[in-house]
Amino acid sequence: MNDMSPRPRSIKDWESDQEVRWCPGCGDYAILKAVQRTMVDLGSDPATTVFVSGIGCSSRFPYYMASYGFHTIHGRAPAIATGIKLANPELDIWLVTGDGDGMSIGGNHTMHLLRRNLNCQIMLFNNEIYGLTKGQYSPTSRVGTPSPSTPLGSVDQPALPCAFALGSGARFIARGFDVSKELPAVLEAAHAHQGAAFVEIFQNCIVYNKDRFEDFAVAKGAEARQLWLRQGKPMLFDKGTRGIALDMAKLALKVVEVYDGDWQAAGVLVHDVANRSVAHMLVEMPFGAFPMALGVIYDDPRPTYETQTLTQDEAARAGKSPDLARLLAGRRTWTPPRTKERPADL
Amino acid sequence: MSESGIERNTIAPNSSPILSVPEAVVVRFAGDSGDGMQLTGSQFTLSTALTGNDLATFPDFPAEIRAPQGTLFGVSAFQINFGSIEVTTAGDAPDVLVAMNPAALKTNVQALKPGGLIIADAGEFSRRNLDKAKYTTNPLEDGSLAKWTLLAFDISALTLEAVKSFSLGNKEALRCKNMWTLGLALWMFERDRQPLIDWLNGKFQKNPLLAHANIAALNAGHAYGETAEIGGQVRKLNLDPAPSAPGLYRTVNGAEAVSLGLVAGAQLAGLKMFFGGYPITPASAILHHLANLKEYGVTTFQAEDEIAAICSAIGASYAGQLGVTSSSGPGIALKGEAMGLAVMTELPLVIVNSQRGGPSTGLPTKTEQSDLYQAVYGRNGDAPLPVIAARSPTDAFACAIEACRIATRFMTPVILLTDGYIANAAEPWRIPDPADFEPFPVDFLTEANGEDDRVLPYKRDGQGVRPWITPGTAGLMHRIGGIEKAPDTGDLDYSPAVHQLQTDARKAKIDGVAHAIPAQDIDLGQEGGRLAVVGWGSTYGPIHQAVRRARAAGLDVSHIHVRHIWPLPANLGALLKGYEAVLVPEMNTGQFKTLLRDQYLVEAQSLTKISGQPFAIAEIEAAIASVFDGKRDDTGGTDVTADATQPSSIEAIHP
Repeated sequence: MNDMSPRPRSIKDWESDQEVRWCPGCGDYAILKAVQRTMVDLGSDPATTVFVSGIGCSSRFPYYMASYGFHTIHGRAPAIATGIKLANPELDIWLVTGDGDGMSIGGNHTMHLLRRNLNCQIMLFNNEIYGLTKGQYSPTSRVGTPSPSTPLGSVDQPALPCAFALGSGARFIARGFDVSKELPAVLEAAHAHQGAAFVEIFQNCIVYNKDRFEDFAVAKGAEARQLWLRQGKPMLFDKGTRGIALDMAKLALKVVEVYDGDWQAAGVLVHDVANRSVAHMLVEMPFGAFPMALGVIYDDPRPTYETQTLTQDEAARAGKSPDLARLLAGRRTWTPPRTKERPADL
Repeated sequence: MSESGIERNTIAPNSSPILSVPEAVVVRFAGDSGDGMQLTGSQFTLSTALTGNDLATFPDFPAEIRAPQGTLFGVSAFQINFGSIEVTTAGDAPDVLVAMNPAALKTNVQALKPGGLIIADAGEFSRRNLDKAKYTTNPLEDGSLAKWTLLAFDISALTLEAVKSFSLGNKEALRCKNMWTLGLALWMFERDRQPLIDWLNGKFQKNPLLAHANIAALNAGHAYGETAEIGGQVRKLNLDPAPSAPGLYRTVNGAEAVSLGLVAGAQLAGLKMFFGGYPITPASAILHHLANLKEYGVTTFQAEDEIAAICSAIGASYAGQLGVTSSSGPGIALKGEAMGLAVMTELPLVIVNSQRGGPSTGLPTKTEQSDLYQAVYGRNGDAPLPVIAARSPTDAFACAIEACRIATRFMTPVILLTDGYIANAAEPWRIPDPADFEPFPVDFLTEANGEDDRVLPYKRDGQGVRPWITPGTAGLMHRIGGIEKAPDTGDLDYSPAVHQLQTDARKAKIDGVAHAIPAQDIDLGQEGGRLAVVGWGSTYGPIHQAVRRARAAGLDVSHIHVRHIWPLPANLGALLKGYEAVLVPEMNTGQFKTLLRDQYLVEAQSLTKISGQPFAIAEIEAAIASVFDGKRDDTGGTDVTADATQPSSIEAIHP
C-alpha cells in the first residue's frame, strides 16, 4: 500500500466530484456526511478504502466518496466484497446496503458474510421501504404498511435486521440513525472491531415513508425514547430516571423506575458488549413499551475469515514451490514404449 | 445354452472367437453403483496407458450416490477404448462387457457387439436380483444371450474364497470383487499386475489387511484366467503400443486439465488466481483440484450459492487477481446477471461451464452441448463475451490458457465450455513444457492516464480495452458499477448517445477478439469440396473418426472443428462457403447450426443427439453417407436425429 499521500483532513477531501442524486431532504445526505466525518476522524486513506454497494437508493453511496467504489448488482455486495478482501486483505471495505438489498434479495449473502466474519463494515440503511422502485413495502416494513404492491396494507411480519445479524453469527451489532450526532462514533466503533461489523442505520425516506422513525428519532423528548448503550455503563434513559433491568421470573427485560439516581437498587443492568444473550434481548425490545436500543449493542471479536483462510493457504504453501512443470507432470508418468516391453521409467 | 442351467463356465455354442485381429478393443465394466466400477475402470485405464496403447474412456454413472442395490437406475458403467492406433472416442459398441449383476447386464448388453464377450457374475443372478432388474427368467440360462459369447461364473464366491484367510466380514470381503474382476481383465490383456499392487498398497497404507485382501483378489482373478478352465476359450490379447510422439505422458481428465490450464494461464498472466465455486455436478471436480493447489497462488472459495461464487470472483478480479468461477448449466443460469456486471464494468473473468443434460436439473451426470445459446446469448442487454469450447480432455488445458489470455488482454469475462463427457473422461496426455507457452503479463495502471492527473478508468486503447486499475493504488481512486457510464471517466451517464456509443464500443471490442485468435483450420480434408462436417466441443472424437473412415472410403468430406464459438474465427464464413454442404453434428437440437446460419447464411444442417450419451462414430458415418446417397436434403431443409430408431425431431412434431 502507498502511504505517501497525505491523509485527507476535511470532509471536503472525502467528497467525490459527482453530483449527489438523492431526493432533497433524504436521510442519506446526513449519513453521507457522518461517514465522511468518520473517515476524517479515522485518518483513513482513500487509496486503500473501498465502498461496495448493491442496488437501491443507499447503494448510490460509493459514487459520492472520493475513495475506490464499486456499485454492484442487487443484493450481491457482500459476495463481491468477499472476493475483494480475500484478494487484498489490506483494503478497508465498507459495505453499503439497504433493507431491500441486504435483507431481501441479498439476505443469503448478508447471512454468510456475517457467519464467516469477513473483516469489513456493513452499513444497512433501513428506511422500511423500497425507495428506488417507488415505494413498495420492504421486508422491514411494519404490518399494515400500505404501498403500491400492498394497497390494503402488508400482512407479513417485518424482519429485525439486528436480530437477523445476531442469528447469523455476527460478532458486532450496532444501531444508529441518519441525523444522530452519535453516528460517527458508532461507525468508528464498527471500524475498530476486527471482523464483520453490522450497523443498522435508520434512515428517513421523505418521499415514500416519511418520518417513520420520528417517534424515537426526533430530538425533542428523545431522552425518554432512546437508550444509548455504553460499555460498562448502566442502561439508563430518560435522564437517568428509568433503566433496563432483568425480570428474573420471566427471563426478559423490563423497564424500571430509578429513584434518586440509585440505579443499583433498581436492578438496572450494566451494559456488557460481550454478553450475547442480553444483546439478543436488546435488539428485540419492542419499541413503545421500551426505548429504542442504540449504539454498540454487541462487540465480541473472533478471528476473521480472511485471516484464517490466508493463514491456512500460507501454511499449505510453506516449503512448496509453484513449479508448473512438476504440477503438469502429475504423479504417474510414462514414455511410450517402442516395443512390448514395459517402460523403464515406472 | 445348456438346458440344465449354468455350469461353472458357460460358453454359448456357435460363439465365434471375439476380437479378431483388433486394432482397438472396447471394454465396458458395469455394476451396481456400490460395486466400484469407476475405480476398476480408472485402474484398468492406467494399466492400459502404461502399456502404451492409445485410449479414451467414458464413465457413465447414475445421479444417485448409492442408488438402491441391484436396481436398473443404480447401474454404474465405465467404458474404455484402447488400441494400437489413434483412439479419439470411447468406442461405439463394446467388445467385452463385464456385468456384475442382472441390472448391469440388462442396461448394457444391447450395446455389445454381436459375438462380443459377456463376463457375468453368476453369483449375483439370484431370483431377487433378477426381479429388481425386471427379468422374468434368468438370461444366463434362457438362451436370450445367444448372439454373444457368455462367460458366467460365481465371481462373488470366488472372491470370498480368495480372501478367506483375511477374516474380513462378508460385506468387506465382497467389496474385493472388483479387484478380482480387474485381475481377470489384466490376464485377458496381458497386463502387468505390479503397478496395481503398488497402487493398492498405497491406497490402503493405513489398513494393510485390506491391501493384502484386495491384492489376493486381484491375483486370484488373474490366476483364474490362467487356468485351463477358460484359457482355451477366451483368447488373450496383447495390443501393440499405439504410435505416439516421443515424450513424457500421463493420463488426464477434463476437470484436471481445466484446473491445470487455469493455473498455467494465471502464471502466464503473472497473476494470482481466485476461484469462487459452488458444488454442482459435474463441475465440482475443478473446485476440488484447485483447492489442493495453494502453492500455485490459488485461493479457492466455496461460496453460499452460484451467484456469490461468480460475484466473489468478480471482486477478486477488481482487486487485481484472476477471478475464475465454474459451474454447470443451472448454475451458469444463476450467474447470468453477474456476468453482465463483468461485461459492463469490463473486468477479466473466466467462467467454466461443464455442460450437462438440461433444461432445469435435467440429467446431472450425463453429457450434452445444449448451453451454447446460453453462453453466447444468455444475458440481459447487449452483453457480448468470448466463448471457447474444448474438444477433448487434453484440449481443455490449452483452452483454459486461451480463456485466461483473452480475459486479461481484453478486460472481459470469457466462457469456457466443456461438458460432462470431457470433465470425466481420461486420455493420455503428452505433458507440455510450460516454456512452450508465450507469457501474457498484465500491466496494471499505476499513474493517472488523463490530462491534469485525471483518472480515466474507461479510456480505451487501440483495441477498445480499458486499463485495469486496482484499489490500493495511490492517486487513482475512481468508482465503477453496472450503470451505463460516460466514455473515459466512467461517470454515471445514461443519456441516449452515451448508451449507443458504449454499447457499440463493448461490441466492437469483443468482435475484435476475432483478430486475436488463430484462423480456423481444417482438421481433416481440404478447403472446399462436397461436404464439411463442422463440429465443436466433445463431438471431436466421433466426427474425426467418421470423417477419417468416409475419406478412406473415397468420399469428399472434410472435418472442421471450431474452438472459438464467439467471436467466430475471421475466416470461417469464407471457408464454409467453399463446401456444397455443411453438416453440424451436436448434442443439442441444433444450436451451433443456427448460429452458423445466422452469421454466414450458409445452409448448414443438423445432426442432433440429445440422449445424454456421446455420438457413436457409426451415427456420424451414416449421416455423412446419407448426404452422399442423396437421402439427406442438403439444401438445409431437413435436420435429423442421430439415433436411427427415433424419428427426426421435425418428423416427430409434424408426422
